[in-house]
Amino acid sequence: MSTKTEIWQGTLALMILKTLDSLGALHGYGIARRIEQISGDKLSLNYGTLYPSLLKLEQEGWIASEWGVSDNNRKAKYYKLTRSGRKQLEREAKEWNQTTAIVARFFAPVEDQS
Amino acid sequence: MRQLRAWLLRFRGLFRKHDDFADELESHLQLHIDDNIRAGMSPQEAKRVAVMKLGGVDQTKEAYRDRATIPLVESLVQDLRFTLRQLRKNPAFTFTATAMVALGIGASVAIFAFVDAALIKPLPYQNPARLLFVTETTPDIPRAAISYPDYLDWKKLNRVFDSLDIYNQRGYVLDTATGTEMIDGARVSAGFFHTLGVAPMLGRDFNEGEDVANAPRMLMLSYASWQKRFGGKPEIVGQPITLDETPYVIIGVLPQSFHFAPVENAEFWATINPTGGCFTRRSCHSLQGVARLKDGISPDAALADMKRIAKDLEIQYPESNRNQGAFVAPLSEVIVGDVKPILLLLLGGVALLLLIACINVASLLLVRSETRRRELSVRRALGATRMRLIRQFVVEGLVIVAAGTVAGLLSSHWTMRILRGLIPKDMMAGMPYLNDLGLNPRVLVFALAIAGFAAALFALSPAFRLSTLDVREGMAEGSRGSAGKVWTRIGSKLVILELTTAMVLLVGAGLLGKSFYRLLQVGANFETKNLITMRVRAPISSYGEDPQAVTLQRKVVEEVKRLPGVTAVALTDTLPLTFNGNTDWIRFVGRDFNGEHNEVNQRGVSSDYFTTLQANLLRGRMFADAEDLGKPQVVVINQTLANKYFPGENPIGQRFGDLKLEPNSIKEIIGIVDDIREGTLESEIWPAYYYAINQQPSIGYSIVVRTATAEQSLIPVVADAIRGIDSRITISSQTTMAARVNEASGVYLRRSSTWLVGGFAAVALLLGVVGLYGVIAYSVNQRTREIGVRIALGAQRGMVYRLILKEAGVLALAGIVIGTGCAILVASLMRKMLFGTPPWDITTLVCVAAVLGASALLASFLPARRAASVDPISALRAE
Repeated sequence: MSTKTEIWQGTLALMILKTLDSLGALHGYGIARRIEQISGDKLSLNYGTLYPSLLKLEQEGWIASEWGVSDNNRKAKYYKLTRSGRKQLEREAKEWNQTTAIVARFFAPVEDQS
Repeated sequence: MRQLRAWLLRFRGLFRKHDDFADELESHLQLHIDDNIRAGMSPQEAKRVAVMKLGGVDQTKEAYRDRATIPLVESLVQDLRFTLRQLRKNPAFTFTATAMVALGIGASVAIFAFVDAALIKPLPYQNPARLLFVTETTPDIPRAAISYPDYLDWKKLNRVFDSLDIYNQRGYVLDTATGTEMIDGARVSAGFFHTLGVAPMLGRDFNEGEDVANAPRMLMLSYASWQKRFGGKPEIVGQPITLDETPYVIIGVLPQSFHFAPVENAEFWATINPTGGCFTRRSCHSLQGVARLKDGISPDAALADMKRIAKDLEIQYPESNRNQGAFVAPLSEVIVGDVKPILLLLLGGVALLLLIACINVASLLLVRSETRRRELSVRRALGATRMRLIRQFVVEGLVIVAAGTVAGLLSSHWTMRILRGLIPKDMMAGMPYLNDLGLNPRVLVFALAIAGFAAALFALSPAFRLSTLDVREGMAEGSRGSAGKVWTRIGSKLVILELTTAMVLLVGAGLLGKSFYRLLQVGANFETKNLITMRVRAPISSYGEDPQAVTLQRKVVEEVKRLPGVTAVALTDTLPLTFNGNTDWIRFVGRDFNGEHNEVNQRGVSSDYFTTLQANLLRGRMFADAEDLGKPQVVVINQTLANKYFPGENPIGQRFGDLKLEPNSIKEIIGIVDDIREGTLESEIWPAYYYAINQQPSIGYSIVVRTATAEQSLIPVVADAIRGIDSRITISSQTTMAARVNEASGVYLRRSSTWLVGGFAAVALLLGVVGLYGVIAYSVNQRTREIGVRIALGAQRGMVYRLILKEAGVLALAGIVIGTGCAILVASLMRKMLFGTPPWDITTLVCVAAVLGASALLASFLPARRAASVDPISALRAE
């Protein structure tokens, strides 16, 4: 169970970073909705689980937060990618691509190796 | 790096009371609700869905908080806050527990620091474990000295030492601005410091060949002397200095850390330049040896080799070397051997005290855990895990131990200073290793270790109790049930242990006290009160010739005798109560002689010596002042010599001389004196003879002055009177005989250990009795209802008393019986410290048992009286 959570948290962090990369500064609710939308509503996530992840990313310095005002005039805390966060995203994206590529090979049709 | 930053932020989170997450969550829900309403939900529905989608407000907050702080630490901080609140609410308990821990830890750390300084810390030499103390031995003197010719042979013939060197102690007269001063020093062979592995911090070491008779005189300074006498100036190296009217050159300064206990506080370290009679005679033993073992050679092998050489020398030189064996022992044993048993004894005593203190605190905690059963049950019922409750106790134990340890370390720091201050200066000089006494890392580790032990004990005992806690029973109103009985059982076992410990300590203190008393009862066989002693040394240039020396001896006695308050004055080359030694081998005229060594103390004294000491002349006469140079040689012998060599004969008029009966060595016995104790109080009386110092005069001797009253104030007057004769006379070791007795190491060690162990025992008795009181009082509390019923059913008050006192009596008796057994066992371990007292000394055992029994009775009487005065009606109603 714990390994599952870790994987999930890792990927969640990556999704958050990517979301902030594409959309710029965004509040927690917005990030949650965006992730759901992108996943084609296939990912059902408790929005609450997002916040510890955001806090962790902030503690690690990948993202920064600031209070602001939303489109419909609600006060909200906005998160944005820091410079080191962007680099981290690039690193993690590369790793992710490599990992998925490797895993994908295992599931690709078997070629004759003789 | 990033991880560290995150941890730091989380750590900071521990101390932040407020964060803006609640606002953020609020805004999140609001945004979601807005969206939901826009999607057509009713406001209630919108809110419900938003909260549901979030996964619960409180759950989210908790998950967030876990990440914002460090959860384990946070709950520990909670436990800590709770504990501190609890402790503050019970100041009496907190103070008692902390004080007991502080007492136990403070005392043990202080004593351990002494053990560390004396026994654990190696001597400040290179690889000290390979250093040996090497001397000759005789049937009477286990650690005699070596003669110079023997040393040369030992050095040449041995196959076991890398090097063998010698030293001896001597005083040097130094001319100072205020007159002459006698300064402690030592003479060593050239390789001495090399053997120890000590290099000078300034200048150079002695070179080989600089310790021969005609070599120029040179010396090294101790660091303290360099600082005190030469202002720490480095230019002093290479400078000339005059000692004993002889020019020396200072060639080096020894490091600050260097000390060598056998020669106490030697300031000048000169080379041995073997000139003069003693160095040429195999029978003149004045040196001690230090050797470094070759690699792979054991001390036993070294001893065997030295014995072989000694045997060969005995065959080669039968007259001088008969029965002269070899003694070899680790240097550390020779240096700290005397204090080792007392330190181990004190360490044992203090360990028992620590044990008793810890047990007492543990029982206090147990009682407290009893009174907190309801609170614990409630917390348990509300969902606190068992681990969490146990952790609460662990934290409580840790807090008490931490406070106690800090207080204990502070107090031990002062205790050490006080204890060291109590050691007489002369004794301290013999224990230079105690200069490093203090809270060094080893001592701190020891403190931490015992603190850990105490913490474990305190944490575990209530935790252990807790594991048997029944929630339902604990919550039931007024329930006392079985748990109280469990505690009484554990508690009473602890009390027996405490009383046993107290008994052991009390018996130890009693036996030491009795030994000390016995030692003081040992007669010196002269009056030690109102007696001043000091050492006198005249310059050799003016008094080197015998007639001049005799004249001065007479003059010194005359001048001092004239002083008001002085009733008698005498001279001696060796003061009484100093040591057995400074001996002569005698051969009786007209008796068979097979070369045996009749070893006897010899003392050169002036004619008023026995009168001044108030020693009894048993037979014959004392020599007169006029019996001096050129007159027939006369001696007074002590009773032991008379009994040993003249059983059933009249020794008066008999004669003896040296082994060859040289004509100029023949002396006639003219009197018998009572056995003046020449050695220490513990040692045996040796045969001794007293010759007339006027017949073999000297330029160095001790003066003994009998005063009518308070001798202390006359010391400087006497010294001035002697210096008034010739300002170049050096006076040293000015003291009183009473002080010498008091500060003699055997007396001092026994007195101090009696006081210290007595102190431990008193505290242990107090703690043990308080522990007993606690258990009985608790038991009375538990049985209030039962006692009420008994009284209501017609039990007499006397019966109630009997009931409670019996309970206490059984515990006390068990403690006393087990304690007696343990005490005898422990006492036989410390037999070395006892004097004239067997380990099973009945009087001591009975007295201690009586004291312990009486104290226990007193402690249980109070709760018994409370039990007897229980009002049956209120006792029953209270339930």
